[in-house]
Amino acid sequence: MDEQNWYQSAPFQLAASTFRLAAPLVFAAMGGLLSERAGVINIALEGFMLMGAFAAAVGANHFADPWMGALIAGGVGAAFASIYAVFVIQYRANQIVAGTAMNFLAAGLTPFFCKILFDVSGSTPTLPIAVRFGSEPIWGAWILLALLAWLWRSTSVGLWIRFAGEHPQALDAAGIQVNRIRWASVAASGVLAGLAGATLSVCLSSSFSRSMTAGRGFMALAAVIFGKWRPVPTALACLLFGFLDAVQMRLQGVQIGGVGVPVQFIQILPYIATVIVLAGFIGKSRAPRSLGLPFEKV
Amino acid sequence: MVHNEEFSGKMALSVPALLELRGVSRSFGALRANAEVDLKLEAGTIHGVVGENGAGKSTLMKIAYGMIEPDAGHLLIDGVERSWWRSPREAIQAGIGMVHQHFMLAGPESALDNAILGESRPTGRWSFLPPLLRPLDRKGAIQRLRKLSDEFGFDIDWTAEVETLPVGVQQRLEILKLLDRDARILILDEPTAVLTPQETDELFKNLRKLTRSGRSVVVITHKLREVMQFTDEVTVLRAGRVTARLKTKDTSAEALAEAMVGRKVVLRVEENGKSRTPVSNESVLQVEALTLAAARDNGKPRLNQVSFDVKRGEVVGIAGVEGNGQSELIRALIHPSHADCRTSGQVRLLGVDITHTRDSEIRSLGVSVIPEDRHEEGLLLDRSLEENYLLGLQRDARFSNRGWIKRAQLRTLVNEALEAHDVRPRDAEAKARGLSGGNQQKLVIAREFSRHPKCLIASQPTRGVDVGAIESIHSKILEARSGGTAVLLLSSELDELMGLSDRILVMYEGKFVAEHRRQQGSSPYDERAIGLGMSGVIQ
Repeated sequence: MDEQNWYQSAPFQLAASTFRLAAPLVFAAMGGLLSERAGVINIALEGFMLMGAFAAAVGANHFADPWMGALIAGGVGAAFASIYAVFVIQYRANQIVAGTAMNFLAAGLTPFFCKILFDVSGSTPTLPIAVRFGSEPIWGAWILLALLAWLWRSTSVGLWIRFAGEHPQALDAAGIQVNRIRWASVAASGVLAGLAGATLSVCLSSSFSRSMTAGRGFMALAAVIFGKWRPVPTALACLLFGFLDAVQMRLQGVQIGGVGVPVQFIQILPYIATVIVLAGFIGKSRAPRSLGLPFEKV
Repeated sequence: MVHNEEFSGKMALSVPALLELRGVSRSFGALRANAEVDLKLEAGTIHGVVGENGAGKSTLMKIAYGMIEPDAGHLLIDGVERSWWRSPREAIQAGIGMVHQHFMLAGPESALDNAILGESRPTGRWSFLPPLLRPLDRKGAIQRLRKLSDEFGFDIDWTAEVETLPVGVQQRLEILKLLDRDARILILDEPTAVLTPQETDELFKNLRKLTRSGRSVVVITHKLREVMQFTDEVTVLRAGRVTARLKTKDTSAEALAEAMVGRKVVLRVEENGKSRTPVSNESVLQVEALTLAAARDNGKPRLNQVSFDVKRGEVVGIAGVEGNGQSELIRALIHPSHADCRTSGQVRLLGVDITHTRDSEIRSLGVSVIPEDRHEEGLLLDRSLEENYLLGLQRDARFSNRGWIKRAQLRTLVNEALEAHDVRPRDAEAKARGLSGGNQQKLVIAREFSRHPKCLIASQPTRGVDVGAIESIHSKILEARSGGTAVLLLSSELDELMGLSDRILVMYEGKFVAEHRRQQGSSPYDERAIGLGMSGVIQ
């Protein structure tokens, strides 16, 4: 292979593209993992992510600094997730219904604020390259994964989160406040989903556009389930989805038997793969026992 | 009576009580769960707290452990008054530990992680981190725990996932967990419900070891025999109030039962059924090679070639530690046509193969069921007694005219049934939820007996039922037996099985491992032998 151009080879490009596209999924899936292992279903991941994507674009645009964008995305994600936490932890709302509501809310709020701030509802102004991330989020996602996996196995807080989702009464009997752990986990999932959104709008593309998450929050959730609620397998599942997305991009415009395949058919590949993975290949996957159940004392 | 001498010796020194509760009251809405309850726990003693379901035992202990705050009352530790715990954490720090009836263990986590949950010992190297983020000191913990488990002769595989450990081991894990947190006061809520008689003896032997080292143990139970056999002192609760506070050696099971119920109670089942009618030769229920495959590929079959029969006018009891296939057996008998209840084998009712019969038809062929969990399977708690009485009988000609309910007739029959079975309140419109456990069960029995069943499948018929109602439920079952009903009785109470059954089959890991026939005389069964079968020693 040509010494100079090894990084231009197709396999390397595909691999690089896989990691790029997997990065937002890894962030979001880690968020989903935290919240689900603590016992709170997080179907609202999509909405958190969308809010984060918008906030990041606005922050980066305003401060002309992608890091400020990421910071604000994390903050907005946490704030938005806290609203969800109020509903489902404080008021014990049905988590699927409340999560769906949060997704609708995000889908409506983002173009609304976009219109107020920039007088267009479609997308935020294009960020110049200096105000965008390079590969930082991609490294960041994997560093964060390592950190989280360590937290998970080796610290008290990891143990507590696991018990909050598996046997919250045991945690309570050990003198630890279950709902506090759940709150923190949901808020943290908001931060992580916010960062996932930031990766979308300030790294993978150059602005926020309407509904730009395009189901990636759900895909991240699928990765959590596929990964059997464990950090490393979940991240690997994200890589798989990232890979399918990368393949999909390369297949656009491909011809089969001289007939052009409509681009929409190619674009649905990752989604079809998600369905197949969830329906067929996960085997026996056991959710945390108290997932979706509000904690009841006594 | 060795324990009592030791105990009275300690009394003479007037060591302050380890734990004392004074005038504790707590209400939940209109219900007074505890009313001015006093409890004094002396050092080095085993203290029984007895009472019927709903008498307030658990509430009292949860107050002592900081899970519930009392409305009023005082708390004394080592004779010194202090403010109430704001959380279990404070109680734990003061040396109180509780083993809950349903163990507080997460199945997929290791025994070690379950044991160290909630402890935050400083670990030197990492002390710059906030306690939350400090790495768990698993090595140190395992050393401490091994030392403790050696001291008390417990043997636990610390790396095993808890759900793979037998129940008795899980209980020891719970106790070690408390000892590791330096608990001086151990509260055990119904600790023997899931144990074989041998395991029960073992447990109390271990608890006695703990009291020798100066710790004290509170045992919440409704099994009077255990109280008489193993405790030093006993406090009896009835309807939230203390009705007796005694030294065990100065009292009797009968006196305790009277204090629990508020009237004289017949404790032994045999006295009701002195003259047993002979069992006929006619098989009502015949089960052949009933099998239910394992839930997972690698597991053992949940039911393994189970064969037995129940004859007219016979009570066949099934003994076994919970989780050895008893519940699966009952489900397979009620839903033989479902693939997830039965994978192979045959069930016959009065000679007719019902293996492929629909569930509702099996019922109308004359099978009645008292389900294990009456809240889940027996009753609609938020509906009236009348509707609950109708449940499953709605197509019966007595109540239904081409799909229309005969309201007036239903009301008459319900009122008669409430009267006949002494269900209180006698109000057909009352909600089932408002009834005590005993009255709920009487309602279920009234319904199931109204079909005059040829075969009765009774699962834990007196679980969570007060002593008074137990008596009446037992006599109903024996009445049905005399009337020619074939009764299959499943119970975790050996006394109940031994009192009622003509035969006892012992189940272990999905198989029958022993059969015991009723003998003449005052002790119809050899309890030790049954216990050995339950623990899998004989196979």
